[in-house]
Amino acid sequence: MPINYYIFLGVILFCIGVTGVLTRRNAIIIFMCIELMLNAVNLLLVAFSKMHHAIAAANQGAATTVGTEGQLFVFFIMVVAAAEVSVGLAIIVMMYRNTHSVDVNFLNRLKH
Amino acid sequence: MSITQILFWFLSILTIFSALMVITRKNPVYSVLWLIITFIAISGHYILLNAQFLAVVNVIVYAGAIMVLFLFVIMLMNLDADAEQTKNKWLQLAGVVAGGCLLLILVAALKGAENQAKTVEMGTGSIGLIENLGQVLFKQYILPFEISSVLFLSAMVGAVVIGKKN
Repeated sequence: MPINYYIFLGVILFCIGVTGVLTRRNAIIIFMCIELMLNAVNLLLVAFSKMHHAIAAANQGAATTVGTEGQLFVFFIMVVAAAEVSVGLAIIVMMYRNTHSVDVNFLNRLKH
Repeated sequence: MSITQILFWFLSILTIFSALMVITRKNPVYSVLWLIITFIAISGHYILLNAQFLAVVNVIVYAGAIMVLFLFVIMLMNLDADAEQTKNKWLQLAGVVAGGCLLLILVAALKGAENQAKTVEMGTGSIGLIENLGQVLFKQYILPFEISSVLFLSAMVGAVVIGKKN
C-alpha cells in the first residue's frame, strides 16, 4: 500500500475529530473526539514505522529493526491516553455533580 | 485487487463511516458504541500492517477498558437523549466548515509531497511482533517505561482526589 493512502486516512480521521470537538457541546463526546484524534495519529505512526522498516529492509536485509521506535511511541501514547481518560472523566463527573449537566456552555463562568 | 487491498479499503471505509457516526449521533451511548467499532477497525489496520502487539493492546486498552469507562460514566449520569439543547445552527455550520477547511488544506499540502513512491509493507516484517518490541522496551526504553508507572500512580491519585465528595 502506498504511504499516501495511510496519510489521507489519518488526516480524514483527525479532521472528523476536530469537527466533532467544534460542533458538539456534550463534554463526553468532545472527550471521545479527542480520543479519535489520538488514534488517527497512532495509525499514522504505525504506518510510517512500517514504511521506514520496508526501506531499511531493502537496504540492509530483513533482520533490521529500524522502525521499532515508532511502534513503542504508539504504546506510550496509549499509556498516556489511559491516564488522561481517568482524570478527565473524573473532572466530567465532578462537573456533572456541580451543574447537573455535561454541556460545556455552562462552563463559561470563568469569563465573568 | 488482492485480498490485502480489499481489506484495506473495507477497513478504511468502516473507520471513516463509524467516525462520522460518532460525531453525528444525538445519544452519547450510540456514540460510544460507534467509537468502539472505529477502534476495532483501527486494530484491523494494525493487523494488516503486522503490528500485532499494538492491535491487541488497542482492543484491550481502548475498546475494552477506556470505552467501558466512558459507558459507565454516561450511564451513571443518566443523560436524556435530547438533553443536548438545540444550539445556534450557524455555529454548528461554522464548526463543520472549519473542519472541512482543515481537511482541505492538509490534503492539498500533502498531495504533492515527495513520498509518492514509498510503500508500507503489509503483513511482513517482524518489528511489530511482541518479541522485538519487548526486547527494545525492556532494554533501551526501560526508564520511560518505569516513569509511566509513576504517571499512572499520579493519575490514579488525581482521579480519586477529584472524584471524591467534598
